[in-house]
Amino acid sequence: MIRACSVSELPEGEAVRLAGPVPVSVFHSEGAYYALDDTCSHQDASLADGWIEGCYVECPLHAARFDLRTGAPDCLPAKNAVRTYPVVVADGVIYVDTEVRQDVA
Amino acid sequence: MRTVAVVGTSLAGLRAAQELRAQGFDGRLVMIGAEPPYDRPPLSKDFLLGKVSADDIALAGQDDLDALAAEWRLGVRAEKLGREGVTLGDGTTIAADGYVIATGAVARTLDAARSLAGVHTLRTLEDALALKQALAAGPSAVVVIGAGFIGAEVASACRLLGHEVSVIEAMPVPLAPVLGARMGAVCGELHAENDVRLIAGVPVAGFTGTGRVTGVRLADGREIRADLVVAGVGARPATEWLTGSGLAVDDGVLVDSGCVTANPRVIAVGDVARYRCPLRGVRVRAEHWTAAGEQPGVAVSNLLAGSTVTHFARHGYFWSDQYGRRLQFAGVATEDVRIAEGDTASKRFVATYHRGDVLTGVFAIDSPRPFTRLRRAL
Ligand SMILES: Cc1cc2nc3c(=O)[nH]c(=O)nc-3n(C[C@H](O)[C@H](O)[C@H](O)COP(=O)(O)OP(=O)(O)OC[C@H]3O[C@@H](n4cnc5c(N)ncnc54)[C@H](O)[C@@H]3O)c2cc1C
Ligand code: FES
Repeated sequence: MIRACSVSELPEGEAVRLAGPVPVSVFHSEGAYYALDDTCSHQDASLADGWIEGCYVECPLHAARFDLRTGAPDCLPAKNAVRTYPVVVADGVIYVDTEVRQDVA
Repeated sequence: MRTVAVVGTSLAGLRAAQELRAQGFDGRLVMIGAEPPYDRPPLSKDFLLGKVSADDIALAGQDDLDALAAEWRLGVRAEKLGREGVTLGDGTTIAADGYVIATGAVARTLDAARSLAGVHTLRTLEDALALKQALAAGPSAVVVIGAGFIGAEVASACRLLGHEVSVIEAMPVPLAPVLGARMGAVCGELHAENDVRLIAGVPVAGFTGTGRVTGVRLADGREIRADLVVAGVGARPATEWLTGSGLAVDDGVLVDSGCVTANPRVIAVGDVARYRCPLRGVRVRAEHWTAAGEQPGVAVSNLLAGSTVTHFARHGYFWSDQYGRRLQFAGVATEDVRIAEGDTASKRFVATYHRGDVLTGVFAIDSPRPFTRLRRAL
């Protein structure tokens, strides 16, 4: 488990990027937290810079939309999913379990 | 509607086919295209640099294509659209109840260059392969004509590959019609900062060389040595095949704000379409990836409805990658441009364009997050 940030540091509609060999980002949308690989599967944009709406994040570069729950894109130009990771909130702190990669479709 | 024929199978044509199926069209779908669906933007960027292959730039996997349950006529051109249907280069005619025109655009070239080897244009995968091969032969002086987005990207890629590069631009400030003079000048600086010579404000008068190009002659008499030339001088809509179709064509297929021609059974989308933009009140050809991807959703709704029930009213957006930097622009440029974040000297900033109190456009270099937020505010 890695500590992402405190709940108060991640308002609704925002994302935080956790640097690392494989950058992971945590998204806060509609009251829920999601963790995804930060790098868009199309090119190299950071999804944390994207536009969050409902349970989707739109890539800031070419607007592929990824489902925050599954990491799957729902439109071009991305063709592959990004990985998702479990998020745990404890005592007002958000943690991501980067050990457990949830590969989806 | 029982049969729909889509002519042009690149981004706009493929998206139209996907939208037809997604919006419930379960009839016969015929896809007619000179080329299979692949993505053009990487051709002047990562593909030239050798970072992605032809396979990587396919717009859809075989499964996605199969899911369309379409009849494919690839490698063949549509030559005529008439009462009896669309006639292909192989002589067959396909009669349909609905037609999607998505034939895009063709790179312009300079007449004087037609008979000279070593002068390239860049629009298709074939063009990109030829250019890549020519670059691999190690030219000693590359000249790019045109400092628009494609010209600038090609210059950038050639420089990153280690070539000596000059860019010639007829206008005094590159990109000024799109980004305005101030931001155009900022983009122009990128060339010099990366050891590319920009010669602006002088048109090309001709070429030197017999058989093979040896140089470019400028209108002011100068001669620039060149053993490889890339002309990035724009594209014209691919509409020749519509002669005699009865459709109105004037720098593109004229369509209404819902991408529908005067015939409600014919829609046009992407680079070939000149639509009435409800946001600007003028007819425009968008010539950008995002428009080619988004127009089909609107156009197909209208085709299936039999009349214009929805309109394409989105702000234009495009990106460009130059010298390792990421440029993004949305909306319309005005004279009133302000720096919202960062500074132009460092080439990391967001600029906003205004008309009175109204935000009309956003331009950014290497600042995707604030750009995205401001783009949403347009
Ligand atoms: C090198 C390059 C880089 C680009 N970079 C960017 C970028 O960074 N950002 C951006 O926003 N946009 C960019 N663009 C623009 C973007 O690629 C286009 O807007 C987009 O491809 C338009 O899609 P389209 O389907 O309308 O047309 P096209 O992609 O031109 O496709 C039309 C298709 O129709 C076929 N066709 C033509 N005539 C016929 C016929 N008679 N019968 C059958 N088939 C026919 C053609 O072979 C082609 O496959 C770039 C374009 C190029 C060329
Ligand atoms: S980098 Fe994300 S859609 Fe292209």
